[in-house]
Amino acid sequence: MKLTSINELNALKTQNRVLLENRRLTHPVTTKDALGMPRNVLVCGGPGCHSSGSPKIAELLEEELNRRGLSEQVKVFQPGCFGFCEKGPMIEIHPDNTTYCEVSAPDVAVIVEEHLIQGNQVERLLFMEPSTKKRFAADLPFYQGQLRIALRNVGYIAPENILEYIAADGYQALASVLLNKNSLEVIDTIKKSGLRGRGGGGFPTGLKWELTRKSEAKQRYIICNADEGDPGAFMDRSILEGDPHSVLEGMLIAGSAIGASHGFIYVRAEYPAAIRRLQIAIGQARDYGLLGKGILGSDFCFDIELKYGAGAFVCGEETSLMHSIEGARGEPSVKPPFPAEKGLWGKPTCVNNVETLANVPPIILKGADWFASIGTEKSKGTKVFALAGKVQNVGLVEVPMGTTLRQIIFNMGGGIKRHKTFKAAQTGGPSGGCIPSKYLDTPIDYESLAAIGSMMGSGGLIVMDESDCMVNIAKFFLEFSVDESCGRCTACRVGTKRLHEILTKITEGKGTLDDLDKLEKLGKIIKDTSLCGLGQTAPNPILSTIKYFRDEYLAHILDKTCPAGVCKSLLKYHITENCIGCTLCAKKCPANCITGTAKERHVIDEERCLNCGACMEQCRVTGAIIHH
Amino acid sequence: MCDNASIKDPYRQLDEYIDTLPYKKENLIGILHQAQELFGYLPDKLQWHIAQKLDIPSAKVYGVVSFYSFFTMKPRGKHVINVCMGTACFVRGAEKLQAELEKQLGIKTGQTTEDNLFSLDSLRCIGACGLAPVMMIDGKVYGRLHEPEEIRQILEKYRLEAMPEA
Amino acid sequence: MDIQLTINDIPLSVPEGMSILDAARTVNIDIPTLCYLNLHEMNMNNHIASCRVCVVEVEGRRNLAPACSTPVFSGMIVKTDTPRAIQGRRTMVELLLSDHPKSCLTCSKNLDCDLQALAADLGVRNISYEGEESEYEIDKSSLAIIRDPNKCIRCRRCETMCNEVQTVGVFSAVGRGFETVVKTAFDLPQHDTSCTFCGQCVAVCPTGALMELDQVDKVWKALSDPTRFVVVQTAPAVRVALGEGFGLEPGTIVTGKMVAALRRLGFDRVFDTDFAADVTIMEEASELVHRLKHGGRLPILTSCCPAWVKFFEHQFPDLLDIPSTCKSPHQMLGVLTKSYYAKTYGIDPQKITVVSIMPCIAKKYEAARPELGQDSVTPDVDIVITTRELARMIREAGIHFTNLKDEEFDHPLGESTGAAVIFGTTGGVLEAALRTAYEVLTGETLEKVEFEALRGMDGIKEAVIPIAGRDFRVAVTHGLGHARYILEKIQTGEAHYDAIEIMACPGGCIGGGGQPYHHGNVEILKARANAIYQEDRSKPLRKSHENPAVLALYKDFIGEPYGEKAHELLHTSYTQRKKI
Ligand SMILES: Cc1cc2nc3c(=O)[nH]c(=O)nc-3n(C[C@H](O)[C@H](O)[C@H](O)COP(=O)(O)O)c2cc1C
Ligand code: SF4
Ligand code: SF4
Ligand code: SF4
Ligand code: SF4
Ligand code: SF4
Ligand code: SF4
Ligand code: SF4
Ligand code: SF4
Ligand code: FES
Ligand code: FES
Ligand code: FES
Repeated sequence: MKLTSINELNALKTQNRVLLENRRLTHPVTTKDALGMPRNVLVCGGPGCHSSGSPKIAELLEEELNRRGLSEQVKVFQPGCFGFCEKGPMIEIHPDNTTYCEVSAPDVAVIVEEHLIQGNQVERLLFMEPSTKKRFAADLPFYQGQLRIALRNVGYIAPENILEYIAADGYQALASVLLNKNSLEVIDTIKKSGLRGRGGGGFPTGLKWELTRKSEAKQRYIICNADEGDPGAFMDRSILEGDPHSVLEGMLIAGSAIGASHGFIYVRAEYPAAIRRLQIAIGQARDYGLLGKGILGSDFCFDIELKYGAGAFVCGEETSLMHSIEGARGEPSVKPPFPAEKGLWGKPTCVNNVETLANVPPIILKGADWFASIGTEKSKGTKVFALAGKVQNVGLVEVPMGTTLRQIIFNMGGGIKRHKTFKAAQTGGPSGGCIPSKYLDTPIDYESLAAIGSMMGSGGLIVMDESDCMVNIAKFFLEFSVDESCGRCTACRVGTKRLHEILTKITEGKGTLDDLDKLEKLGKIIKDTSLCGLGQTAPNPILSTIKYFRDEYLAHILDKTCPAGVCKSLLKYHITENCIGCTLCAKKCPANCITGTAKERHVIDEERCLNCGACMEQCRVTGAIIHH
Repeated sequence: MCDNASIKDPYRQLDEYIDTLPYKKENLIGILHQAQELFGYLPDKLQWHIAQKLDIPSAKVYGVVSFYSFFTMKPRGKHVINVCMGTACFVRGAEKLQAELEKQLGIKTGQTTEDNLFSLDSLRCIGACGLAPVMMIDGKVYGRLHEPEEIRQILEKYRLEAMPEA
Repeated sequence: MDIQLTINDIPLSVPEGMSILDAARTVNIDIPTLCYLNLHEMNMNNHIASCRVCVVEVEGRRNLAPACSTPVFSGMIVKTDTPRAIQGRRTMVELLLSDHPKSCLTCSKNLDCDLQALAADLGVRNISYEGEESEYEIDKSSLAIIRDPNKCIRCRRCETMCNEVQTVGVFSAVGRGFETVVKTAFDLPQHDTSCTFCGQCVAVCPTGALMELDQVDKVWKALSDPTRFVVVQTAPAVRVALGEGFGLEPGTIVTGKMVAALRRLGFDRVFDTDFAADVTIMEEASELVHRLKHGGRLPILTSCCPAWVKFFEHQFPDLLDIPSTCKSPHQMLGVLTKSYYAKTYGIDPQKITVVSIMPCIAKKYEAARPELGQDSVTPDVDIVITTRELARMIREAGIHFTNLKDEEFDHPLGESTGAAVIFGTTGGVLEAALRTAYEVLTGETLEKVEFEALRGMDGIKEAVIPIAGRDFRVAVTHGLGHARYILEKIQTGEAHYDAIEIMACPGGCIGGGGQPYHHGNVEILKARANAIYQEDRSKPLRKSHENPAVLALYKDFIGEPYGEKAHELLHTSYTQRKKI
């Protein structure tokens, strides 16, 4: 059904309001009251819950409801990530607004019987706050302090149904742009809103649109950067899977503003689910005349093509991304010329990140002032973070700019796992830095993170505790950069390799103080001389850890120890009284340095020990061989 | 009955796919995806075929294939195991998981077992960080893998499936 | 529009969009470069900004800027000589060297290497960051080029040259990160690729990663073998470039000194490929006339460039019937030496070794083509060495080249006309052919022998020349990309010509892959071309068919041009080859 006017869109919206009617009511009803009502069960279909078996649960639910003759009254949906991935598989039941955590297959029948038929919440599946032991059916502490703009529909609507998106005000922003605004006004709104690129750089989005628009050319392009390559980040993936139409709408608005008739979405091939959702969404948008010629009866024409990445982190960099679309090796090229002047196939091109684009429709609908009222002086709106690592609650959080790391990690994140102590938070992925505890109260925005030697990046936030070795973490990131360097420029191709080699030396206990100097000196030169953002930021993990955790480096270099007990070559092996004297280890030791008679405790001669770890692999007795 | 004619020559299938594309040379990456889908990997001969079909130098195709880690020039095992080496998994023990898999499979990351049952590889973050450390076998994700025994059981399942029925 | 900026506190005003590098040069400030190469006249611009040795400080910019590819803007403040910039550059060279064999002393590029020179200029005294070094096999498969990827600095000049200028596409960057290196498709030995061996990649490689196959020792061996009668021939482009190997100005004509040096080296006869160039004109002109008369396929394409021959064999296997079947001049001279000369002077052809001194790398490969010989054991030409190799031989022998007195080529295969001389530069073959064709077809004397329309560095030059009541549409191209362009037009029927000269190397043989390195200075090529035309003007005879020795050859030995004997000795055939 092609929509040929805005009225038709509005009619469709009104018609489908009912789809969302009983989800997230402002005044939820009790579970008992809900019994007679039509109900929605949302089974999280996000990447985390999907992996832990949510599709199976949805399937069982439908079967069970069918069996009980409830399938008309209770509808099961699989929307995108709810955010609280740690406790997945998650389900939400509406209108009585109940969230269940860690639902497993056997729980399905219980939920149907107890909750949906009897009207009693299943207490044990409700989230329990560990310190107070209090249970929560709704308003979980994890969500407190969050504000969902980019994620507004993720986990709320069924991503494969355009009608749900339309019912949730979808394509209204596009309609208002096509009906009421000229492109300069749109650009002006985005500029005034203060929206900055969420892909990492934080470049003002409105300004980028303006620059692209200004360039002289017949053909212009808009590209959605969905190549999310930051290891440990899944914000964009969640949006693509959970609310693909918001990205399409963002692109349509951007396209109309910059005068592009063609858009590309460059998406990671490793995200098959996101690709499928996008394909479906694009197909639906075409069917409804929201993509194609004369959109909504206006004279605006726009279409979107999907392009797949092929496993190269550097293709997230905009120039290499464009080369990749052009069918070449994804190597960056020098800027200037900027994509806004000479981009894809030499034409002015605007590259925007997924989250950036998802922010656009609400800004148009609610106004620049509304958006600008959220956040800090220079960073407006919210930011989505993929909170992971050693926190209690791994998940996706969207918070207003200016929220502190402490709030995210300790309030939403629930603090550190296994009662260990916080050591550092890593933001910005391989380009970012490690932030020590003294900066936990820094309000997060682009500038403040840069000031403490890290960066916002795309939103990966990895929490580390006392058992993480910072030298080893730096090495991990450098290994990533070495792997992912495109190999074009000397500074990064050879430089990051040398940095990695020096770090390896240090973690093996062969480092010298001179090496530490070299790391800093070379790191700074690589930042100064590299061609693209990858090389220009690759040394950050080293420089920030040297700055904040110099002691750990010195321990590796001078004392030849790894304080966190991670670096294998620096560990001392020791046999404890748990030893039952089975002699297995002594037989395997290549240095022949384990002595002892059968059935008696063995002893390692630490002087001769090679730290190979063979004994530990052999030993079957827990705690008999430890390293320290 | 045998119907060999209906088994399509993958080269022809690929050519037909290429013929449907509105633009071709610039679609190299998409074409390589399709080719890998059809053939399982991208041997030299296939790359050369694509180069001829698109009228571009083979060296260019080779340069592109060798750049992107998603493309493989070696045949893969029946099941591809990918260990997530994203940061979240790393800090939760992905290295140990990788080492354990290498031990149990007797191969290094990037290699394929002799019986061609498993290839071991790594990738970065599949969005299941809550389950870290995770691995993915073909499309299926396995999370919170800390125990060698657990891993052994998973692998065993695939091995049993592959056994010829007695 | 000009804009104002300062570089090292010197105010200057340059056109907008100019690079910092070029702007600095206008005020006599040099910034080192390694990957950057702009050969505007050849359509080559390698501005991939990969080496990072040209970095400079720009006020207000967070990081250092690559001068080669950063355009100037109004009010820009550039500092090229700060400790930060110099340290950055030096570190880049150190990093390059950390993954590079430190074997300058035995490297064939020693003292002619841009990387080595840069290390010296920047005062690199130690390599602070040592570590793993790449290890690649050296590709010795081809008969023309030795490829040592261990010495590659990934500047990608070869790739740009081969892809964009020559459109052959032999090379691509392969792999990623530290493993990135420039390689052939599927790591094939270069011999098995579509490489034409034009050697242009060698000409622009800043290091010893791409070098010609060194055959000097083979020449020494032949010279020291008393049973061999060793004949040498020199191509027209050698005499205007060899001097550069001895510090002479580009464009210095050293024909006489070259001949003298060759005698001192011990060659038994010193012949001139120019003689065979005149023969080539006789043959090609006759072939054209033959095609005109018998309705043969037009245009006729010249065939004296072996790289071009190999190019069309791979890329246009359906057009194998349009190039002239003439062998290249040095092959003709080789075969004439072993037949005509041997017969005339009673020398056993089996005892003759023919050495060609060529500006060309492709001729090393060409000489080994099995069809280019009288029988399977007697190749027309035995050994080919380049201008560069000859310069080295002369130095090795301790000959004070610049002090030598001029000497003359030996008779009769050393006689030549001005028409033959101009074979050395783009447009020359066609111009020479027209000088002869005109007179043959009209029976009149051509007064003005210079065809200006066919001269110069334009990639494709066209002219319509009325001869004997017929308009001859001719074209001259140099650089294989231009050749492809024009051949594709012929394939599609968009272009119609009667004759086309094609040379693989930009500029023709004066810019051959075996010439002294131009290091990016195109003025050198222009000086060589001018010298060629100067040599032409100085010749008493300027038309091939006036060469008395050539006329004698036909009268005494070959008979009719394009006749039976001519076919047997002077013509060849082509092979369809796969495109890789
Ligand atoms: C090495 C590198 C990787 C990048 N990866 C991504 C990415 O995965 N996703 C993304 O949106 N931007 C990425 N960027 C940033 C993009 O180059 C670009 O700035 C961004 O997509 C612009 O969109 P925005 O202004 O909306 O943020 C990367 C940059 C660099 C240097
Ligand atoms: S900095 Fe690294 S990724 Fe960027 S161009 Fe240079 S080598 Fe490639
Ligand atoms: S670590 Fe290795 S060398 Fe040391 S005691 Fe154990 S087995 Fe022996
Ligand atoms: S293998 Fe373990 S239990 Fe056996 S002797 Fe060694 S330490 Fe003791
Ligand atoms: S290529 Fe240059 S730097 Fe390298 S060994 Fe040869 S002369 Fe020395
Ligand atoms: S330059 Fe130095 S290393 Fe080279 S030969 Fe002379 S003294 Fe030896
Ligand atoms: S010799 Fe010519 S054709 Fe061969 S690789 Fe070099 S530039 Fe290309
Ligand atoms: S082979 Fe030579 S020209 Fe080619 S990239 Fe390497 S160093 Fe540069
Ligand atoms: S143009 Fe001359 S130097 Fe170049 S390949 Fe052809 S014959 Fe050789
Ligand atoms: S994937 Fe289910 S909550 Fe994130
Ligand atoms: S880091 Fe492994 S799933 Fe995200
Ligand atoms: S010369 Fe400028 S980066 Fe290489």
